[in-house]
Amino acid sequence: MKVVVCTKQTPSTTAVFTVDANGHVSWDDPGGKPNIVNPWDEYAIEEAIRLKENHGATDAIALTVGSEESKDALKTCLAMGCTEAILVSDSAFDGSDTVGTARVLAAAINKIGDVQIAVFGNRAIDGDTGLTPVQVARKLGWTPLTYVSAIKEISNGQITVERLLDDGKETVTAPLPVVISVVKEINEPRYPSFMGIRKANRATIPVWTAADLEVDGATGAEAAKVNWGHVYAPPPREGSVEIIEGETIEEKVRKLVDKLFEEKVI
Amino acid sequence: MSGVWVWIENRDGEIITISREAIGAARKVADELGQPLTGLVFGHNVSAVADAAFDLGVDAVLGCDDESLANFRIEAYGPLLSSLVQERSPAVVMAGASTRGRDLTGWVAADLDAGVVPDGIALEVDGDTIKVTRPVYAGKLLSTVYVTEGTQFISLRSRAFPQAESTGKTGQAEWVSPVVSEDAIPTKVVGFAPKEEGISLTDASIIVSGGRGVGGPEGFAPIRELAEVLGAAVGASRAAVDAGWIPYEHQVGQTGKTVSPDLYIACGISGAIQHQAGMRTSKVIVAINKDPEAPIFKLAQYGIVGDLFEVVPALTEEFRKRLS
Ligand SMILES: Cc1cc2nc3c(=O)[nH]c(=O)nc-3n(C[C@H](O)[C@H](O)[C@H](O)COP(=O)(O)OP(=O)(O)OC[C@H]3O[C@@H](n4cnc5c(N)ncnc54)[C@H](O)[C@@H]3O)c2cc1C
Ligand SMILES: Nc1ncnc2c1ncn2[C@@H]1O[C@H](COP(=O)(O)O)[C@@H](O)[C@H]1O
Repeated sequence: MKVVVCTKQTPSTTAVFTVDANGHVSWDDPGGKPNIVNPWDEYAIEEAIRLKENHGATDAIALTVGSEESKDALKTCLAMGCTEAILVSDSAFDGSDTVGTARVLAAAINKIGDVQIAVFGNRAIDGDTGLTPVQVARKLGWTPLTYVSAIKEISNGQITVERLLDDGKETVTAPLPVVISVVKEINEPRYPSFMGIRKANRATIPVWTAADLEVDGATGAEAAKVNWGHVYAPPPREGSVEIIEGETIEEKVRKLVDKLFEEKVI
Repeated sequence: MSGVWVWIENRDGEIITISREAIGAARKVADELGQPLTGLVFGHNVSAVADAAFDLGVDAVLGCDDESLANFRIEAYGPLLSSLVQERSPAVVMAGASTRGRDLTGWVAADLDAGVVPDGIALEVDGDTIKVTRPVYAGKLLSTVYVTEGTQFISLRSRAFPQAESTGKTGQAEWVSPVVSEDAIPTKVVGFAPKEEGISLTDASIIVSGGRGVGGPEGFAPIRELAEVLGAAVGASRAAVDAGWIPYEHQVGQTGKTVSPDLYIACGISGAIQHQAGMRTSKVIVAINKDPEAPIFKLAQYGIVGDLFEVVPALTEEFRKRLS
């Protein structure tokens, strides 16, 4: 049984953004790394490695659709313990909408072959759509199990998971193969080991292009049915903080409660 | 292609809050397009939900009532919506961006190779196109996004739109048959543990949150008490969750929930950028922190510098007096 983990490189959580007159977005992170592994995906990577350690998966393969720079994220996956990493990169995929990206990921998973579980993060913190897992599942014809907070059991070709939904925790069983997307509760991601980092730095990461894949349907900006066009900075929050002063705590809270009634938020 | 559809998510015979908001938003879109609004009511024993949908202002209800739809499973709901869209070509399909609404719109859009825009916080009708404003990069930027061709699938973030109100309207629903039979649905639901607390973070109009400053699991007791007096939900920072003081489902922030209440009271939370990512769109933010330099004071409208174990109980007492 092979396990694939789909991961994306995103701007860091502390990145500072600029949007130029053409709506082009760039970012930097003074004092930090500007790009990181999408934070939600750390849990997906950890879970894929645990499927290998605890559930007899033979491979835990990291997969990214992105630019050459995304190899950094894939190296982190290898350093954590993924057995292989594959970058899918082609200018033909630029400007894809979520369905377009899903087609490419599905084609790559099919090319890897013999995959029983494809693990995803819940969301990517750049585009913030949270649609990719369910859309890849549809393109593969597999069952999507989203918002997974625990894998309970895998046996006889069935997987049982717990899902963290808005209103409670649901336990479901489905036959493999499945797509799962995970939430933070599922595990605590490990840090890359020293040996792992050395191995990752020596690894060569294969790059697959459109020509290597049998993508079912069109990709790229031409085929996209969603225009992501106009990006801009929101207006800054108005005003500055009013620190409530007073002789006693009772006086302070009285004044605060007055303000909150005035604001009509109670 | 014509008509605006809205998926009406229901639980135990009730239309959930985010769907009431979606109906309100969809009603406005339908009126501006000059097209009828159809509510989609799927589930088991849902005739009362159809009546409630008419009351909230939809012009028609397209329903499917079957045991196989008792639990939301994408293999049952997805093909049902997909086949209806194929058969009747609506211009717009909307839903609340709940966990289930996101899956449903995403799956059906992939099935039909259609365009989908998730997490709308504002809508503008431009000709036949719905321009959707949505946050990106954890709300550091906004984008205006739209579907260029075919049915427009749009999901709406909670608390961004006012709920539809009762109109007193009634009507006759059209009921269709399910398209997938139980033996063809691979996923089986074997258990469900409902959340203990009533108010969900994403629906709450007031949230009281605790961070590392509460010092331990018992430190959430005064936070909960204040929340109870205000009818508020309890939130937490990641530091408090990672310490094991409170379950993950309470976490607000970049790797937790994104919330947008009228009032957010942050107690013993420093206000790291990743926490802000989940709560910066709150209408009024109050910070209670003993460190006057804490970054949360840069975001808050009102602040009290002090020990939360003194301030929060005093605040609870004051609200108790004023609200009784
Ligand atoms: C990839 C990534 C994702 C993350 N996602 C999230 C997320 O989703 N949500 C999130 O919250 N964080 C997230 N974080 C963590 C974030 O960076 C901070 O570490 C975290 O928010 C800090 O929590 P805190 O404010 O409770 O703790 P601290 O930063 O330790 O702040 C505690 C505050 O309590 C005050 N205090 C202490 N005692 C008292 C007292 N008795 N009375 C009053 N005030 C007191 C202190 O002055 C201090 O300001 C993420 C980080 C990373 C790297
Ligand atoms: N370009 C990509 N390459 C690989 N995986 C991706 C890509 N985009 C999204 N994903 C996966 O899909 C999840 C949800 O992303 P999104 O739908 O973009 O919010 C992420 O956490 C990743 O696991």
